[in-house]
Amino acid sequence: MPITVYLPEKLWDALMTEEHMPVVITITAVIDETPTIKTFVFDKLFDFLPGQFCMVWVPGVDEIPMAFSAANTITVMKAGDATAALFNHKAGDKIGIRGPYGNGFLPSGKVLAIAGGVGVTPLFPLATAGEVDTFILGTRTADELVFPEELAKVTDLKIATDDGTRGYHGFVTGIFDQLDVTEYDTVCVCGPEMMMRSIFDRLAAKGIENRGQFSLHRYMKCGVGVCGSCCIDHEGLRVCRDGPVFTGDSLKDNEFAHHHRGPSGRRE
Amino acid sequence: MIRLQKPIEKIGGVSLRNHMLLAAGVLGTTAASLSRMLRLGVGGVVTKSIGPESKDGYHGPSLIPITCGMLNAMGLPNPSKEFADEISTLFAANYPVVVSIFGGTPAEFAKVAAWFPDAQAFELNLSCPHAEGYGAAIGANPRTVRECTRAVKAFGKPIWVKLTPNVADISVIGMAAEEGGADAIVAINTVKAMRISTGMRRPVLGNTFGGLSGTAVFPIAVRAVYDLYEVCGIPIIGCGGIATADNVLEMMMAGAAAVEIGSAVYGDISVFSGIAEELYADNGIPAREIVGCAHD
Repeated sequence: MPITVYLPEKLWDALMTEEHMPVVITITAVIDETPTIKTFVFDKLFDFLPGQFCMVWVPGVDEIPMAFSAANTITVMKAGDATAALFNHKAGDKIGIRGPYGNGFLPSGKVLAIAGGVGVTPLFPLATAGEVDTFILGTRTADELVFPEELAKVTDLKIATDDGTRGYHGFVTGIFDQLDVTEYDTVCVCGPEMMMRSIFDRLAAKGIENRGQFSLHRYMKCGVGVCGSCCIDHEGLRVCRDGPVFTGDSLKDNEFAHHHRGPSGRRE
Repeated sequence: MIRLQKPIEKIGGVSLRNHMLLAAGVLGTTAASLSRMLRLGVGGVVTKSIGPESKDGYHGPSLIPITCGMLNAMGLPNPSKEFADEISTLFAANYPVVVSIFGGTPAEFAKVAAWFPDAQAFELNLSCPHAEGYGAAIGANPRTVRECTRAVKAFGKPIWVKLTPNVADISVIGMAAEEGGADAIVAINTVKAMRISTGMRRPVLGNTFGGLSGTAVFPIAVRAVYDLYEVCGIPIIGCGGIATADNVLEMMMAGAAAVEIGSAVYGDISVFSGIAEELYADNGIPAREIVGCAHD
């Protein structure tokens, strides 16, 4: 018998919460992408949108947010305790996955993607889905490039390295400045916040910051919009639930590329 | 359905915009997120619990949504004294902000309270179920509850005391808070709980066990408020699993003068304005006509 629903649908949803216990997956392969970046392949597929993330449970260590690089992979840079512990995992080991969470990219029309370093992770599935017309990929040096061969097959790939060991000698903005960005309807960006800021400023200078979609990274605890650990100033947007992808117009006058908060909520 | 008037008089010493406050620990770490909730129609906000020292909290997983509720063990993460700067803009705007504080002793409670001379009221966290030496670890002892309440009452502000349901008789603790000078009692904090990942053969929370909130605990909260109303003369703020206008009315009939809502923001961050739309009408009745009516 169907239950009579008299509540507004949104409130009903609040009652009918789903079970979000971590899905335990077995790692089937670990791929060394660079000296500090590895891809972990799972034995399960997740139905995700490019730009969405999952909470990765490394038992006994911590649970951390990580973008999907494909339906059954995450691509991780060694950065802290949890990623260091994850790097010790090999095929056959188990980890837990909650998600997909967050909103993901919403590309339309002609799409430019700009990635810095491991920021390529959430943009990679956008490109493999055939959504990206032009892809600017930047790293410090050629050894740190992730997915260059795969990307070259699916999009017009332009590489920038800070030291000139491959492609353009300089930052991604150097390549960006050579393009007529007004030709693009959507500009999807992920990378170090100062890099994203310089792209934001260039879009804003042309009055088209609303075409920018920026994937932010913040410390997270719950991943589902309740605890508040990833809320950004000054609108109180939750990176885990309202993001992690934000359009440029929503990033005006906010903490973006200015400050962030640590586990205790203190500004860092 | 019964329709209410918005509160005209102070409740527990605080002027509220409506009967529904944002519960402590939910979107309460930054002035920005608290301001957002005020814009989204809460009657008042309770901040994240602030303690004598900055804490990062437990390692994750620290919150897991489960059927009919959520399980959490955050570990009281808080920025400590720095929060006074963070929250100062809200005090300056005279918003209904209750500062949740915790400590291990009456002296620690007083130390933290002293950092917030502009707070409208304090909520004493004597109920977090999973923090060693804090919260329920000391909040299950009536004498400690009385002493902590008295220590903060010395600052001359309204004091709300949030109680744990993880005790044999919550009314004893409620009476102790009242004896200590509390202006209101908040009931309940989360119910001690745990889940085990069968795939991993280990507890899912980083802290092994934590507290259950959400729809699953609503009947427990109603019972606790009902019991407290029988013995306490101060207002009771009902908290635990409230997600609908009818839940608010039910909690009031058990004896709550107002309510706090937390977990329901998981389903919808606009839950407060959604409930208010159903709950209030220009020709509504004063809440006092139904508060505790289930006891008659």
